[in-house]
Amino acid sequence: MSEMYVSGQSGIGRLIEALAERGHRVIGPVVRNQALVYDEIEGVEDLPKGWTDLQEPGKYRLERRGDEKLFGYVVGPSSWKQYLNPPEEVLWSGTIGPDGFQTDPPPEPPLYAFFGVRPCELAALAILDNVYTTTDGVPTFGGYTATREKAFIVAVNCSDPGGNCFCVSMDTGPTAKAGYDISITEVAHSGNMRYLLSSGSAAGAEVLAGLGGLDEASSDEIEAGDAVLARAAEMMGRELDTNDLPDLLKGNVLNPRWASVGDRCLACANCTMVCPTCFCNTVDDNLSLDGTHATRTRKWDSCFTLGFSYMHGQPMREAVSSRYRQWITHKLSSWVDQFGEMGCVGCGRCITWCPVGIDITHEAGAIRRGDLRDTHITVGGHSS
Amino acid sequence: MQTVTNPAVIDQMTPVPFRVRSVREELSHTFTLELEPPNGAFEFLPGQFTMVYAFGIGEVPISISSSSSNQGTILQTIRRTGAVTHALGHLKSGDYVGIRGPYGVPWPMDEIKGRDLLIIGGGIGLAPLRPAIYHALENRDDYERVVVLYGTRTPNEILFEEELGKWGARTDCTTMVTVDAADRGWNGAVGVVTRLIGRVGFDAANTTALVCGPEIMMTVTAERLMEVHSMAPENIYITMERNMKCAIGVCGHCQFGAKFICTDGAVFPYPEVEELFDVKGV
Repeated sequence: MSEMYVSGQSGIGRLIEALAERGHRVIGPVVRNQALVYDEIEGVEDLPKGWTDLQEPGKYRLERRGDEKLFGYVVGPSSWKQYLNPPEEVLWSGTIGPDGFQTDPPPEPPLYAFFGVRPCELAALAILDNVYTTTDGVPTFGGYTATREKAFIVAVNCSDPGGNCFCVSMDTGPTAKAGYDISITEVAHSGNMRYLLSSGSAAGAEVLAGLGGLDEASSDEIEAGDAVLARAAEMMGRELDTNDLPDLLKGNVLNPRWASVGDRCLACANCTMVCPTCFCNTVDDNLSLDGTHATRTRKWDSCFTLGFSYMHGQPMREAVSSRYRQWITHKLSSWVDQFGEMGCVGCGRCITWCPVGIDITHEAGAIRRGDLRDTHITVGGHSS
Repeated sequence: MQTVTNPAVIDQMTPVPFRVRSVREELSHTFTLELEPPNGAFEFLPGQFTMVYAFGIGEVPISISSSSSNQGTILQTIRRTGAVTHALGHLKSGDYVGIRGPYGVPWPMDEIKGRDLLIIGGGIGLAPLRPAIYHALENRDDYERVVVLYGTRTPNEILFEEELGKWGARTDCTTMVTVDAADRGWNGAVGVVTRLIGRVGFDAANTTALVCGPEIMMTVTAERLMEVHSMAPENIYITMERNMKCAIGVCGHCQFGAKFICTDGAVFPYPEVEELFDVKGV
């Protein structure tokens, strides 16, 4: 195990500044439009100090914590995929002439530092890496691979899980195990905030060594950090029984439950937009007015749209129920066949940001229990 | 303008320019592009497809319809259905298209050596089968009987009609054509392609069927081969088609259960897709 350091909030500020000095664009959590989103940060004062997020199915509110915690919340609607696999990205562009067409050189990949990556989000990054694995030495998407390889990852372990969190069920949190350069655990000691920092890579160790002003953590401090994370593991808002789940869903293609969820689902695609692993995309072609310069743009797409399965004049998944079935079965079942793991990390975003509060853990449970229809559904804390 | 034959490959989504050598009108809505690979050779296997890109318009998955033994030229037979295929239909000799590929699982030509081949095509489904037919006829000793059954809507819509005639004239290849509807001028068979199956006696245990056509035609054909002619499902190969954007298993569009049609197919042994084949909305 790497050496554990301890600091106050000033150490966190120095870390952000050190990453910026190394040329990284530091992206971290900020409060914007009454939500916690990821955007560029310059110092510790940009972090959402003293804020927490209240999350329920179909409900999201920011509240004051009444303390000085920098990381006393979980995840908002944005995820790191928006930087690695942007909502819109030029795949390539080129110019045509009499002898064929020439591809424009790709842009330089940005040098990011992702600050405040939660353990479930580290798992999501590993899942995306698996999806976009380079084959035959040629990356599937050049932009993703180049940006991902250069990104510096600062993980933050979760001390305050949210109402829709179920990372323990998915074995992705609340403690980061791998895939980071530096990890941080926030420990509140009678109003005094302490931060345990450890490195997970040579680059991380180098940054920490150069930071200065850090103390070596005492065994008591390390124990206090462990206790915070052990307690967090007991505070999951939700639970998903993954036992035999892939086969269970595969064997229930014709379950009438899908019609029930199809009646509630608006097919708005929110769940797929906020999901940190949903990777589906489409392409859009544009041609300059003189017809000589073409641009292919990759854009996020969603299996909830009618056009997603469109072929020869008709969609293959016309009923909303078939689109929900496709989504949840992909996440929890066929993803395992395709990539050797589930495509869900237990972050709860899809539950929070569903306008009608459809809960992936509840729907998977309903299939398991054989519940055909809910008699009572709660959305955003109100009965409907 | 600099001549570009092999632009630096940025990633697997970057197409390579292929010169159009000729455009051949096959049927009223169907044409074949004859393409020249930039470095003179393009390796592929019967049943594989490419992503064909019309500059600035878009990209579509199209199976290769030429012989895999001729790497200097590839033929892609295309039906005009949307914006991209219409744009491709306007190309002339000397124009360029972008090509990515080849992609997909080929017909199992090696695994089925020594067996009787029952090749059943419907409509434009004959195009992806043609490389398999070429392969069987070019390596005739590798296979026992070769039977080609083809069904289409009307006598005016018989794809590769001249070649079907040539194959039929061979003594080592049984070829039969049927149409759904015909007028007085048609002397051939009328009815769906499955009706032809009963006319060619075959040894079910030693036969492998390669089937390509509309999904309903393949369902009915597979069922008939199994139920009426006692063929084992694992000896039946079909091809699947879905909306496709990337062809490399990362856009998510072509999922069919746990399969990506682009990388796990498009050719599938029937048991791999049988369970979900006629479930609506998969």
